[in-house]
Amino acid sequence: MSVTTDRIPEKTPDAPGEPTSATRRRGWAGDVLITVLSIVLALVVGAVLIAVADPRVQETASYFFARPLDMLQAAGSSVANAYAALFKGAIFDYGAETTTAAIRPITESLVFASPLVVAGLAVGLAFRAGLFNIGAEGQIILGAIGAAYVGFAWELPLVVHMVLALVAAMLLGGLWAGIAGFLKARTGAHEVITTIMLNYIARFLLAFLLSTTAFQRPGRNDPISPQVDSTAMLPQMLGSWSRLHLGLLVAIAAGFGVWWLLNRSTLGFKLRAVGANPFASRTAGIDVGWSTFAAMAIAGSLAGLAGAFQIIGTERSLTGGVSAGIGFDAITVALLGRGNPFGIVLAGFLFGALKAGGVTMQARTGTPIDLVFVVQSLIVLFIAAPPLVRAIFRIRAQGAGSMQVSKGWNA
Amino acid sequence: MKLELRGITKRFGSFTANDSIDLVVEPGEIHSLLGENGAGKSTLMNVLYGLLQPDEGQVVIDGERVHFDGPGDAVAAGIGMVHQHFMLVPVFTVAENVMLGYEYTKGGQFLDHAAARQQVRRLSERFGFDVDPDALVEDIPVGVQQRVEIIKALARDAKVLILDEPTAVLTPQETDELIAIMRELKQSGTSIVFITHKLREVRAVADRITVIRRGKVVGTADPGTSEAELASMMVGRTVQLTVDKQPFAPKGEVLQVEDLSVRDDLGRTVVDGVSLDVRGGEIVAIAGVQGNGQTELVEAIVGLGEDISGSIRLQGKQILGLNAKEIIDLGVGYVPEDRSHDGLIESFTVAENLVLSQHDRAPFGSGLLYHPAKVKARANELVGEFDVRTQGVEATAGSLSGGNQQKVVVAREMSRPLKLFVASQPTRGVDVGSIEFLHNRIVAERDHGSAVLLVSTELDEVLALADRIAVMYRGRVVGVVDGDTPRDVLGLMMAGVPEQDARRQAAEQGPTALTVQDEEARQ
Amino acid sequence: MSTATRERLPESSTIQQGPLRKPPTWKSPIIMGVLGVVALLAFGLASNAGDTSTFGMSTGAQRLQIPALVLPTRPAAIVLSVLCLVLAAVAAAAVRVKRPVPLAVPIGFAALWLLAFLVWSMAGEQVPLPGLLGGTLLLSVPLVFGALSGVLCERSGVINIAIEGQLLAGAFASALMASVTDSLWIGLVMAPVAGLLVAVLLAMFTIKYVVDQIIVGVVLNVLVVGLTGFLYGRVLVQNADVFNQPGTFSRIPIPGLIEIPVLGPALFNQTIIVYLMYVAVIVTQVALFRTKWGLRVRAVGEHPKAADTVGIKVNRIRVQNVLLGGVVAGFGGAFFTLGSVGAFGREMTAGQGFIALAAMIFGRWSPVGALFAALLFGFANQLQGTLGALGSPIPSEFMLMAPYLATIFAVAGVVGRVRAPAADGQPYTKA
Ligand SMILES: Nc1ncnc2c1ncn2[C@@H]1O[C@H](COP(=O)(O)OP(=O)(O)O)[C@@H](O)[C@H]1O
Ligand SMILES: [Mg+2]
Repeated sequence: MSVTTDRIPEKTPDAPGEPTSATRRRGWAGDVLITVLSIVLALVVGAVLIAVADPRVQETASYFFARPLDMLQAAGSSVANAYAALFKGAIFDYGAETTTAAIRPITESLVFASPLVVAGLAVGLAFRAGLFNIGAEGQIILGAIGAAYVGFAWELPLVVHMVLALVAAMLLGGLWAGIAGFLKARTGAHEVITTIMLNYIARFLLAFLLSTTAFQRPGRNDPISPQVDSTAMLPQMLGSWSRLHLGLLVAIAAGFGVWWLLNRSTLGFKLRAVGANPFASRTAGIDVGWSTFAAMAIAGSLAGLAGAFQIIGTERSLTGGVSAGIGFDAITVALLGRGNPFGIVLAGFLFGALKAGGVTMQARTGTPIDLVFVVQSLIVLFIAAPPLVRAIFRIRAQGAGSMQVSKGWNA
Repeated sequence: MKLELRGITKRFGSFTANDSIDLVVEPGEIHSLLGENGAGKSTLMNVLYGLLQPDEGQVVIDGERVHFDGPGDAVAAGIGMVHQHFMLVPVFTVAENVMLGYEYTKGGQFLDHAAARQQVRRLSERFGFDVDPDALVEDIPVGVQQRVEIIKALARDAKVLILDEPTAVLTPQETDELIAIMRELKQSGTSIVFITHKLREVRAVADRITVIRRGKVVGTADPGTSEAELASMMVGRTVQLTVDKQPFAPKGEVLQVEDLSVRDDLGRTVVDGVSLDVRGGEIVAIAGVQGNGQTELVEAIVGLGEDISGSIRLQGKQILGLNAKEIIDLGVGYVPEDRSHDGLIESFTVAENLVLSQHDRAPFGSGLLYHPAKVKARANELVGEFDVRTQGVEATAGSLSGGNQQKVVVAREMSRPLKLFVASQPTRGVDVGSIEFLHNRIVAERDHGSAVLLVSTELDEVLALADRIAVMYRGRVVGVVDGDTPRDVLGLMMAGVPEQDARRQAAEQGPTALTVQDEEARQ
Repeated sequence: MSTATRERLPESSTIQQGPLRKPPTWKSPIIMGVLGVVALLAFGLASNAGDTSTFGMSTGAQRLQIPALVLPTRPAAIVLSVLCLVLAAVAAAAVRVKRPVPLAVPIGFAALWLLAFLVWSMAGEQVPLPGLLGGTLLLSVPLVFGALSGVLCERSGVINIAIEGQLLAGAFASALMASVTDSLWIGLVMAPVAGLLVAVLLAMFTIKYVVDQIIVGVVLNVLVVGLTGFLYGRVLVQNADVFNQPGTFSRIPIPGLIEIPVLGPALFNQTIIVYLMYVAVIVTQVALFRTKWGLRVRAVGEHPKAADTVGIKVNRIRVQNVLLGGVVAGFGGAFFTLGSVGAFGREMTAGQGFIALAAMIFGRWSPVGALFAALLFGFANQLQGTLGALGSPIPSEFMLMAPYLATIFAVAGVVGRVRAPAADGQPYTKA
């Protein structure tokens, strides 16, 4: 990189997935290395937590100086048990009795991954357009509302019903994010603030709807909607032993779609241009406001898709907890995927596996699933600051620097 | 205080901005540092001021080696600096800015605003400044902001005052006032390092001149040295200030601006009733000190302004109200003044930058489809034609030098048939070789029959290229004159003096300090 | 539509002509007028003629007892609405003569409008005013601490999205430590320490490693949720009477002050945490705007390079402020456990950190502004609870949305544009 660009760093934000010529050539391998090391480091920290919090370890620690091996053994076995359960729940349950039970975990991981991937794409696409979409959570809620309503209130033939439920979810999600895009374009209101606020508004809107006759299941007092018709459900792909549904393929297709949009379409060119330098884009005749709105609307419809997966893929009915934190996980997915559509698909798979594994780990060893949040956030922190990982592993500098997306509230 | 820099070397990555520079500033002298844009003047001063750490070399004050960890140390040692881009907090008052980092307090930690105001008043009176200590800095004119910076340095007892390109934002007349201030400071024993790339100012005020080029000292001179000599030291060869061009043969009206006014987002009128026309085959230059409405005028013409009234016609068609895209499509090319901010996307490839405004037009795009292969093919052609030095069209624009970046912008804008070509500061921060190339391309565009509107704050560039010159001052066109109008007349017009008066004054009053060409006449 | 209005370098600042300040717009008088008419129609004219709204004025803790205030709903609401319209007219008059609208006008308007709303919504009901105000105050305590943390960080140029995590960490640490040591005071001291730890990470990643500040904040929140949730599930729940039974501070009525009618029992019959909040707001406000330290902090947040050139250590100040912010927010976290609930619960801050962020923005990055914004948000929340219990005319969810909607309006410039410190969010690196 030449002297002239180093000089004014704020003008060339190193948006994730926006490779400079230098990182393009040497950085790829470096990125992969940093990513792998970050995952390892995060798992190590997780292991320490597991060990420290284990009552047996605490007990043995009290006589550590008398019999140190006891404690090390206790620690080792508690970590090994927990991570073994994590693996069994995420990939392959080697202790299971039937083949389907043994490979069910990996399908379960893919079930968790599907909404994560599309929601991650929602955040990642916005990144590339220079926008930090913290609002996937709210967009997922709106998407779920749309899919659920179409699913239980309308009666339609088989494929049509499902497609319309998906479309409704994308429309509502896109609309919700579009509000933030519109406000940014029109008034300059920062999307981080508006999307955070819209998340809460969506949550209360959902709570309100679930108390109305239109949405509340007849005969119930708690906030839950009727079940969606089976005509609206995404078909199961492997039969009844697994929850794996068509959403996975939709998610992968969405990954390709976003790649195509960004790299092979004129709209994508505009989005990237506005994301990288809105001033030069405006001078070149690109409508910055419109691109901002379009980016948010497309992102929102992807997140809306995640909401649809929740309803017509797995849950079947709408409840207050339908978004299940996917919108926040999506941010970590997009960051881990460095804003690159294929990276995001892979990151979604990884975090889906962690989630599926976490459920099993909690059930079998009593290790709270919250550990997954810790591991997830540490992975992202580490990959966001490669110098830190390099320092820990004593690697010489190569590849990308630290991650910079946003330019402050006033930008 | 005697200040010496010995063998200062400063590198940015592999680029050496200062290459073992020696400089001595004697007590009470005005020492001028002369060099082109990018020569490394600011870098050297930032090293002296403790903002940058040198890779090699040392700073010596009164025979003793000193080390500055940060500007705080430099200030404590008696060095003050007025930066090229002012270092004032816009939302603070003058008094707050003056005391920042050097606060007057009462009761331990509480700010003593009264004392700060008092200090500002005292120094203003001493140098005859008209500065209100309670005004917010964002509300006062640039010239006054500069005085606040000077007060700031003096309030900290600066023995050496560094002025980095102080005249870039001033009219010639304001420059004269500044020169008077500099002389007064010199009288009271302050040494001054005066940085500029304008030869005339140097000759008017300096006691000694050090010329740097590409990070190296290429020589010292005394003020008697002729302009031509200084110029050739500065750029390294005899400069060709005039461009070869055919006598101009204007065709029909292309651009007609009538009674155009532009207001900024605070509702201030920044372009005030401007009328101007440009014919095909002619170059009209807008001269003026930076910030007199040129930028806003040009942005209005290319469809980037807001809150505009009046009329702008392109070959008779009203274009006021059209957006940038529509105006581009009508055949208007535009080179913005701030290249890296408005002209290029540094993280995009050279190829992508070359189609920034055309990416959705055939053959690069059709409907929603974008065709990278076609973009690349065209980019390869343009890179050849415009002699862009790059590792390839897939290299990022940010990896190019300033001159080559500018060639990318110009290539993009000239790569389609134009009726009107608008260029703002097309050679700012560009190396000499590229300047020549760019000037020739601009003239070629004119000879093709396009109308060319050039905005430049460099009188040399204006005089070299223009067929006619419109001088702007405070948002108005003071007058439109021929391309061969004398420099001192233009200088007066840039200060708002109407053409007739300017010609009379220039003839009667004799030249201003700035336009002294003849050294003996002054002494 | 254009987002790309350019920021200009000082060198190209435009020539000065005419008025420098942006002339006041008609927006605020119009909005006030419309809201005033809404109040008149909906709260005043549409209410039942015979209804009364009853407001209790005293609590048992006071020696002096004032009888309850019984207002005829309709006339009272009409009078209040008309007063609102008068203020709208005052604002309009100011705009007409191109004077800025005095701040007291919108504040007074908001107060009167809320009163009108209150009178209307309490038609045929009785509500104790001191209780309403006291409840409001309690709901806003964590918001105030969180917002102060945000003010401290952002005034120095570091965006703090991790307020939520800092509150949660403070809540967790105070509950755990107070239970283990059996001392509320030790718990109260450990809360800021936990907030500080989160802040250390925030400072390290944003300032040392120059990672995007918003990214770090978002991720730190996830980290704290994960960590506290993990330890809660693994340790606190397993042995709650040892690890999660801190108890709560008791109220300390302040003699004399508590006798102030209506406000006394609301403000001066509170726990130590609330009293420290008053101190924190005042100290921060004075320190930021009246001291040498504050001048430097604000300079660093507005124009770090300018601060650097006068010898101020930009990143040192930023680190200090981020850490200080962590301490303040962590302390606020103790309110959840030691100040109200008396035990830690998973994700018990439930997004309060984000409302605190909103309060900071709504309060225009000033401590006192943030206090009032937090009180406003707390009031909406309290009213929602009160009305919910009484069977309200408005679904409670919409009352809960109010703070978030208000913030969107604020950042979108519907009620006068808010402006962040100029360098907020931008890392400062020297070449
Ligand atoms: N912080 C920096 N990083 C990289 N390059 C720089 C930096 N500052 C200046 N340069 C480069 O050093 C050269 C000298 O710049 P400068 O000292 O500003 O020149 P001058 O003040 O003489 O116009 C230029 O080529 C500029 O691009
Ligand atoms: Mg310079």
